[in-house]
Amino acid sequence: MFNTALTLADLGFLLQGALMTLAVTAVSVTAGTVLGIIFGVVRNQVGPYWGAPLTFVLDVFRSVPLLIQLVLANAFQAIAKLGWAPFTTSCVVLSLYTAAYCTEIVRGGIASVPPTTRRAARSLGMTWWQDMRYIVAPLATRVSLPSWIGLTLGVMKDSALVLWLGLIELLRASQVLVTRLQEPLLILLICGAIYFLISFPIARLGGYLEKRWSND
Amino acid sequence: MIEIQNVRKSFGSLEVLKGIDLTVNKGEVLTIIGGSGSGKSTLLTCINGLEPIDAGRILVDGTEVHAKSTNLNKLRSKLGIVFQQFNAFPHLTVLENVMLAPRKVLGLTKEKAEENAIKQLTHVGLGEKLGVYPTRMSGGQQQRMAIARALAMSPEYMLFDEVTSALDPQLVGEVLDTLRMLASEGMTMICVTHEMKFAREVSDRVAFFHKGVMAEIAAPEALFGAPKDPELQKFLAATH
Repeated sequence: MFNTALTLADLGFLLQGALMTLAVTAVSVTAGTVLGIIFGVVRNQVGPYWGAPLTFVLDVFRSVPLLIQLVLANAFQAIAKLGWAPFTTSCVVLSLYTAAYCTEIVRGGIASVPPTTRRAARSLGMTWWQDMRYIVAPLATRVSLPSWIGLTLGVMKDSALVLWLGLIELLRASQVLVTRLQEPLLILLICGAIYFLISFPIARLGGYLEKRWSND
Repeated sequence: MIEIQNVRKSFGSLEVLKGIDLTVNKGEVLTIIGGSGSGKSTLLTCINGLEPIDAGRILVDGTEVHAKSTNLNKLRSKLGIVFQQFNAFPHLTVLENVMLAPRKVLGLTKEKAEENAIKQLTHVGLGEKLGVYPTRMSGGQQQRMAIARALAMSPEYMLFDEVTSALDPQLVGEVLDTLRMLASEGMTMICVTHEMKFAREVSDRVAFFHKGVMAEIAAPEALFGAPKDPELQKFLAATH
């Protein structure tokens, strides 16, 4: 039915690209989320006045297009002679980009926990940390989860931009094949299907957790 | 014994407590009545150390609540407080709500905490609701759960801050019955309330607060029967 020059080796090449996409996403989302939680808690604790410098920096990461951030970061690391590999630079930039969004998600989640509920926890003798760990964290997570899943899927797709630093991830791998085989339709269809296969379980996991937690 | 000595407290330019002096003895049931904004709820949150004070001091069994050296979390396990809002932890079942603080703050084992929680919940009439999530219960049941949750810490004093004010009228009775039961068991209690009949029944003494001042304090028969303070006379006339 299809007359194609695409070989099994080419498919393997695409899957390698997909692995790179997964690696960059996994590292960035993990690091970005950890940072986002820390920044979100800090912003909540110190209030808008003392949190202003942090907010400003995070706003920069949210407003400047990711592509520009990647190119600038790569240039700076070269000027500063840091000797970062493209993978490292990509992960650093994407982590901060994720952290900037995640901070807002975390802050909103914490703010959604009624102060009266937290006061009740403290009145029972629980420390700030125990209140955070046993009351705020579970309640805020439930509120934040849909936005966080959205962020993760967004970062996964945005990670395609790291091809500008020379990383061969899924999209770049597809481009290479398109150039060589001149079969853009088929290859981009496969590329899109792989993106979908990566996203789908993450989205479903979110749906599953939401359902499991909806006890009220 | 809770000793409140010349306590002052302001929110911004508004002084809500203007030098309160009050001593509550072990085993005593004190109710505080007064209009809204009279400072009565603020006083309770100050006793618990949830609010800082501007002057004076509060001693609980000789420990100064607002001293820097005081371990507030330790002191709070002695002072149970129940609020107007029920403040259930919505992600935990009724049993888990009551077990959490004894396990994490007092360090009880899971078995011990569970045994104790079941005892307290049965005591307030919620023995059938252990595995239920609080949002599935009525306001009265949630408030009784909050009382059991405070009692599970084995407090020596219980502070009740208008615990029936957010309830539908038909649910007030079950919560007041729980308070009556605690009073009859000899629990030391300070209740801020708008339920005059209840205050009259259970109190050893009743205090009337007006605009940040404790205008009158007396045994219930005297305070309700022969009020001296003109503001109290007005207040009682308006509430009857």
